[in-house]
Amino acid sequence: MTEPMRKTEIRQGAGGRAVHDVGGLDFGPIDRTEHDLALWEKRVDAMLVLLTGPKKGAFKIDALRRVIEDYGQQVYDKTAYYEKWIRAIRNLLVEQEILTRAEVEAKIAAVEQAMRAEGRELVGGTVPWDTTEAPI
Amino acid sequence: MTGAAQFQPGDVVRVDDRLTLGHCRTPYFLRGKTGVIVSAQGVFRDPEKLAYHKPGLPAQVLYKVRFRQTDLWPDYRGRPHDQLEADIYEHWLVKVEGERRTGSHAA
Repeated sequence: MTEPMRKTEIRQGAGGRAVHDVGGLDFGPIDRTEHDLALWEKRVDAMLVLLTGPKKGAFKIDALRRVIEDYGQQVYDKTAYYEKWIRAIRNLLVEQEILTRAEVEAKIAAVEQAMRAEGRELVGGTVPWDTTEAPI
Repeated sequence: MTGAAQFQPGDVVRVDDRLTLGHCRTPYFLRGKTGVIVSAQGVFRDPEKLAYHKPGLPAQVLYKVRFRQTDLWPDYRGRPHDQLEADIYEHWLVKVEGERRTGSHAA
Protein backbone atom coordinates (compact mmCIF):
# COMPACT_ATOMS: atom_id res chain seq x y z
CA MET A 1 0.00 0.00 0.00
CA THR A 2 1.19 3.53 -0.75
CA GLU A 3 1.64 5.25 2.60
CA PRO A 4 -0.09 8.65 2.40
CA MET A 5 2.12 11.56 3.39
CA ARG A 6 1.24 13.94 6.20
CA LYS A 7 1.50 17.47 4.89
CA THR A 8 -0.31 20.77 5.09
CA GLU A 9 -0.80 23.15 2.19
CA ILE A 10 -0.66 26.61 3.76
CA ARG A 11 -2.92 29.45 2.58
CA GLN A 12 -0.73 32.37 1.63
CA GLY A 13 -0.79 35.45 3.84
CA ALA A 14 -3.33 33.97 6.27
CA GLY A 15 -1.25 33.15 9.33
CA GLY A 16 -0.27 29.52 8.85
CA ARG A 17 -3.75 28.13 8.34
CA ALA A 18 -4.33 25.30 5.89
CA VAL A 19 -5.63 26.08 2.41
CA HIS A 20 -9.20 24.93 3.11
CA ASP A 21 -9.51 26.43 6.60
CA VAL A 22 -10.88 29.82 5.60
CA GLY A 23 -13.33 30.58 8.41
CA GLY A 24 -13.24 34.31 9.17
CA LEU A 25 -11.41 35.36 6.00
CA ASP A 26 -13.09 37.78 3.66
CA PHE A 27 -14.32 35.96 0.57
CA GLY A 28 -17.15 38.35 -0.23
CA PRO A 29 -20.85 37.57 -0.02
CA ILE A 30 -22.12 33.97 0.06
CA ASP A 31 -24.09 32.79 -2.96
CA ARG A 32 -27.30 31.52 -1.35
CA THR A 33 -29.12 30.52 -4.53
CA GLU A 34 -30.19 26.88 -4.62
CA HIS A 35 -29.55 24.79 -7.71
CA ASP A 36 -30.33 21.26 -8.78
CA LEU A 37 -27.46 18.82 -8.83
CA ALA A 38 -26.28 17.63 -12.23
CA LEU A 39 -26.50 13.89 -12.88
CA TRP A 40 -22.72 13.49 -12.58
CA GLU A 41 -22.78 15.23 -9.21
CA LYS A 42 -25.43 12.81 -7.94
CA ARG A 43 -23.34 9.93 -9.24
CA VAL A 44 -20.25 11.18 -7.44
CA ASP A 45 -22.28 11.47 -4.25
CA ALA A 46 -23.60 7.92 -4.64
CA MET A 47 -20.13 6.61 -5.37
CA LEU A 48 -18.78 8.07 -2.15
CA VAL A 49 -21.63 6.64 -0.09
CA LEU A 50 -21.02 3.17 -1.54
CA LEU A 51 -17.23 3.32 -1.21
CA THR A 52 -17.27 4.51 2.41
CA GLY A 53 -20.19 2.29 3.45
CA PRO A 54 -19.76 -0.76 5.67
CA LYS A 55 -19.81 -3.22 2.77
CA LYS A 56 -16.94 -1.77 0.76
CA GLY A 57 -15.12 0.31 3.37
CA ALA A 58 -12.58 1.53 0.81
CA PHE A 59 -11.65 4.53 2.96
CA LYS A 60 -13.15 6.87 5.55
CA ILE A 61 -14.71 10.25 4.84
CA ASP A 62 -11.78 11.71 6.79
CA ALA A 63 -9.42 10.46 4.07
CA LEU A 64 -11.51 12.20 1.41
CA ARG A 65 -11.25 15.43 3.39
CA ARG A 66 -7.51 14.96 3.77
CA VAL A 67 -6.90 14.57 0.04
CA ILE A 68 -9.03 17.64 -0.71
CA GLU A 69 -7.16 19.63 1.93
CA ASP A 70 -3.89 18.64 0.30
CA TYR A 71 -4.86 20.53 -2.86
CA GLY A 72 -2.68 23.52 -3.59
CA GLN A 73 -4.35 26.87 -3.01
CA GLN A 74 -4.80 27.64 -6.71
CA VAL A 75 -6.50 24.32 -7.34
CA TYR A 76 -8.57 24.42 -4.16
CA ASP A 77 -9.99 27.85 -4.91
CA LYS A 78 -10.79 27.08 -8.54
CA THR A 79 -12.46 23.69 -8.33
CA ALA A 80 -16.10 23.08 -7.52
CA TYR A 81 -17.42 20.96 -4.65
CA TYR A 82 -17.99 17.67 -6.52
CA GLU A 83 -14.92 18.17 -8.68
CA LYS A 84 -12.94 18.05 -5.45
CA TRP A 85 -14.77 14.88 -4.41
CA ILE A 86 -14.29 12.92 -7.62
CA ARG A 87 -10.62 13.73 -7.88
CA ALA A 88 -10.09 12.68 -4.26
CA ILE A 89 -12.10 9.48 -4.79
CA ARG A 90 -10.00 8.61 -7.83
CA ASN A 91 -6.74 9.22 -5.99
CA LEU A 92 -7.86 7.28 -2.91
CA LEU A 93 -8.87 4.25 -4.97
CA VAL A 94 -5.31 4.16 -6.29
CA GLU A 95 -3.78 4.90 -2.89
CA GLN A 96 -5.73 1.95 -1.45
CA GLU A 97 -4.71 -0.22 -4.40
CA ILE A 98 -8.29 -0.92 -5.43
CA LEU A 99 -7.48 0.42 -8.91
CA THR A 100 -4.23 1.28 -10.62
CA ARG A 101 -3.55 4.57 -12.39
CA ALA A 102 -3.29 2.64 -15.65
CA GLU A 103 -6.74 1.10 -15.11
CA VAL A 104 -8.31 4.49 -14.41
CA GLU A 105 -6.64 6.10 -17.42
CA ALA A 106 -7.60 3.21 -19.71
CA LYS A 107 -11.24 3.46 -18.61
CA ILE A 108 -11.33 7.21 -19.18
CA ALA A 109 -9.82 6.74 -22.64
CA ALA A 110 -12.42 4.08 -23.47
CA VAL A 111 -15.30 6.30 -22.32
CA GLU A 112 -13.93 9.24 -24.32
CA GLN A 113 -13.67 7.07 -27.41
CA ALA A 114 -17.23 5.82 -26.99
CA MET A 115 -18.52 9.38 -26.57
CA ARG A 116 -16.69 10.54 -29.69
CA ALA A 117 -18.13 7.61 -31.63
CA GLU A 118 -21.62 8.73 -30.56
CA GLY A 119 -20.83 12.29 -31.61
CA ARG A 120 -21.14 13.57 -28.04
CA GLU A 121 -19.24 16.62 -26.90
CA LEU A 122 -16.32 16.11 -24.53
CA VAL A 123 -15.92 18.77 -21.88
CA GLY A 124 -13.15 19.32 -19.39
CA GLY A 125 -9.62 18.04 -19.66
CA THR A 126 -6.96 16.04 -17.92
CA VAL A 127 -6.88 16.08 -14.13
CA PRO A 128 -3.32 15.47 -12.91
CA TRP A 129 -2.69 12.90 -10.17
CA ASP A 130 -0.70 15.44 -8.16
CA THR A 131 -3.44 17.35 -6.33
CA THR A 132 -1.39 20.53 -6.19
CA GLU A 133 -1.55 20.73 -10.00
CA ALA A 134 -4.56 22.31 -11.68
CA PRO A 135 -6.64 20.42 -14.27
CA ILE A 136 -5.32 20.92 -17.80
CA MET B 1 -12.32 2.31 22.92
CA THR B 2 -11.61 4.55 25.86
CA GLY B 3 -14.06 7.24 26.71
CA ALA B 4 -14.10 8.76 30.20
CA ALA B 5 -14.81 12.42 29.57
CA GLN B 6 -12.11 14.65 31.04
CA PHE B 7 -14.31 17.77 30.97
CA GLN B 8 -17.75 18.49 32.43
CA PRO B 9 -20.44 20.93 31.29
CA GLY B 10 -19.54 24.38 32.64
CA ASP B 11 -15.80 23.78 32.50
CA VAL B 12 -13.94 26.61 30.83
CA VAL B 13 -11.51 25.39 28.20
CA ARG B 14 -9.04 26.88 25.79
CA VAL B 15 -8.58 25.48 22.31
CA ASP B 16 -4.94 24.60 21.87
CA ASP B 17 -3.17 27.04 19.58
CA ARG B 18 -0.99 24.72 17.56
CA LEU B 19 -0.25 24.29 13.91
CA THR B 20 -0.88 20.89 12.44
CA LEU B 21 0.71 18.65 9.90
CA GLY B 22 -2.09 17.01 8.01
CA HIS B 23 -5.83 16.64 8.51
CA CYS B 24 -7.58 17.94 11.60
CA ARG B 25 -11.09 19.12 12.43
CA THR B 26 -10.27 22.09 14.65
CA PRO B 27 -10.87 25.32 12.75
CA TYR B 28 -8.02 27.78 12.68
CA PHE B 29 -10.18 30.68 13.86
CA LEU B 30 -10.94 28.91 17.16
CA ARG B 31 -7.37 28.07 18.10
CA GLY B 32 -6.23 29.84 21.24
CA LYS B 33 -9.82 30.90 22.03
CA THR B 34 -11.59 30.25 25.33
CA GLY B 35 -15.06 28.73 25.58
CA VAL B 36 -17.26 26.66 27.85
CA ILE B 37 -18.10 22.96 27.64
CA VAL B 38 -21.79 22.49 26.84
CA SER B 39 -21.89 18.71 26.55
CA ALA B 40 -19.99 15.59 25.55
CA GLN B 41 -21.26 14.48 22.15
CA GLY B 42 -19.87 10.95 22.23
CA VAL B 43 -16.64 9.08 21.68
CA PHE B 44 -15.30 8.81 18.16
CA ARG B 45 -12.27 7.42 16.41
CA ASP B 46 -9.67 10.12 15.82
CA PRO B 47 -10.20 11.72 12.38
CA GLU B 48 -6.57 12.86 12.32
CA LYS B 49 -5.61 9.17 12.10
CA LEU B 50 -8.59 7.85 10.10
CA ALA B 51 -7.62 10.30 7.36
CA TYR B 52 -4.46 8.23 6.82
CA HIS B 53 -6.21 4.83 6.92
CA LYS B 54 -5.18 4.18 10.54
CA PRO B 55 -7.63 2.68 13.07
CA GLY B 56 -8.13 6.08 14.74
CA LEU B 57 -7.18 5.01 18.26
CA PRO B 58 -7.17 6.16 20.96
CA ALA B 59 -10.72 7.33 20.37
CA GLN B 60 -11.49 10.89 21.44
CA VAL B 61 -14.37 12.44 23.32
CA LEU B 62 -16.04 15.08 21.16
CA TYR B 63 -17.43 18.10 22.99
CA LYS B 64 -19.84 20.82 22.08
CA VAL B 65 -18.00 24.00 23.08
CA ARG B 66 -19.68 27.40 23.21
CA PHE B 67 -17.82 30.63 22.51
CA ARG B 68 -18.74 34.29 22.78
CA GLN B 69 -18.69 35.84 19.33
CA THR B 70 -17.05 38.91 20.83
CA ASP B 71 -14.18 36.65 21.98
CA LEU B 72 -13.67 35.35 18.43
CA TRP B 73 -13.81 38.51 16.32
CA PRO B 74 -12.20 41.75 17.51
CA ASP B 75 -14.55 43.83 15.33
CA TYR B 76 -17.72 41.81 15.98
CA ARG B 77 -20.73 43.99 15.27
CA GLY B 78 -23.58 41.65 16.22
CA ARG B 79 -25.38 41.55 19.51
CA PRO B 80 -23.07 41.39 22.56
CA HIS B 81 -24.43 38.03 23.78
CA ASP B 82 -24.21 36.21 20.43
CA GLN B 83 -22.60 32.79 20.68
CA LEU B 84 -21.02 30.17 18.47
CA GLU B 85 -20.99 26.44 19.17
CA ALA B 86 -18.44 24.08 17.68
CA ASP B 87 -17.59 20.40 18.01
CA ILE B 88 -14.03 20.04 19.30
CA TYR B 89 -12.17 16.84 20.16
CA GLU B 90 -10.71 16.41 23.63
CA HIS B 91 -7.08 16.35 22.50
CA TRP B 92 -7.47 19.95 21.33
CA LEU B 93 -8.82 21.28 24.64
CA VAL B 94 -6.95 22.55 27.70
CA LYS B 95 -8.80 23.23 30.95
CA VAL B 96 -8.70 26.80 32.26
CA GLU B 97 -8.34 26.10 35.97
CA GLY B 98 -10.41 27.86 38.61
CA GLU B 99 -13.11 29.08 36.24
CA ARG B 100 -16.57 27.67 35.57
CA ARG B 101 -19.45 29.19 33.68
CA THR B 102 -22.78 27.59 34.41
CA GLY B 103 -26.36 28.18 33.33
CA SER B 104 -27.99 26.95 30.15
CA HIS B 105 -26.91 29.99 28.15
CA ALA B 106 -23.45 30.48 29.64
CA ALA B 107 -20.65 31.13 27.20
